[in-house]
Amino acid sequence: MALKVKCGIVVFPGSNCDHDVYYVLKRVLGQEAVFLWHQETSLQECELVVLPGGFSYGDYLRAGSMAAHSPIMAAVRRHAEAGGRVLGICNGFQMLLEAGLLPGAMRRNRNLRFLSVDVHLRVERNDLVYSSGYRRGDVLCMPIAHAEGNYVDSDEALDELERAGQVVFRYVDADGSVAAAANLNGSKRSIAGVCNGDGNVLGLMPHPERCAEDLLGNGDGLALLAGAVQAGGARVGRLAAAAGG
Amino acid sequence: MTRNGNGYVVRVLVYPRAEVLDPQGRAIEDALGRIGFDGVERIRAGKTFEVSLNAASRAEASEAIERMCRQLLANPIVEDYSVEWLSR
Repeated sequence: MALKVKCGIVVFPGSNCDHDVYYVLKRVLGQEAVFLWHQETSLQECELVVLPGGFSYGDYLRAGSMAAHSPIMAAVRRHAEAGGRVLGICNGFQMLLEAGLLPGAMRRNRNLRFLSVDVHLRVERNDLVYSSGYRRGDVLCMPIAHAEGNYVDSDEALDELERAGQVVFRYVDADGSVAAAANLNGSKRSIAGVCNGDGNVLGLMPHPERCAEDLLGNGDGLALLAGAVQAGGARVGRLAAAAGG
Repeated sequence: MTRNGNGYVVRVLVYPRAEVLDPQGRAIEDALGRIGFDGVERIRAGKTFEVSLNAASRAEASEAIERMCRQLLANPIVEDYSVEWLSR
């Protein structure tokens, strides 16, 4: 069996998906997993750092804004800048935006409601470690559970994001087509997940850890977490024109 | 009002930027229309912070306020901020 990857799941006051991520990485995928308290300053040599979902600091000020300045975030930033893997799910995605590790920002959902529902996602690129278990254009089903997932940035910044291939997942209908009715939170350009320029940092609003076992009715998210712990470098850079299949 | 030499008090106002959809403001706008305020053209829902701080000078206080707005109180991608001095 391949060497285990050490995974660190950062726990903030108010995190509530930390154990789900731990369970999938440790029990389902057989990796080494540890919890990292947000007041710590070391990542304990973890190769993959996960910022989990939840309501860190009660979503005070803006979702993820307080957690983005927690002591451990300096180490997370160094890890990301050195090409290390950082995966932010839901509240963790919001933290990565507030910390400036990913571009853009979140607004309240278009309908002002907390949305807890299964959505369809289209895989826009599969050359990242996180999306390597999918094919480009695959339509996945994953749950969302958030009140602030309405992704926004300036039109110029969004154009640049698209040009650089940093949109990894988009909300679509069951047929894989972008449609306003399938974009429940109102995100600009139906964006559900983005990566940094190097591809080693990924943030997404849907919860892959909640759909990682067929036994529980949906295994679509397992490949994402399995990809996050696969061997090899995580830096890939811009989307290659011929990528996919 | 703080009068201990180096104390300053400011009010920071944070609003969604004009070009950014403000779902909360839009909902309040609709509600005002429903209860008969036909003349309301636009509502922007924002936040205010009253900040009391000590600094060597007003210039230093002002510089600190600017930095805290950019780093935490407002998210410049979606929000604008303004500062009102309540002391001196």
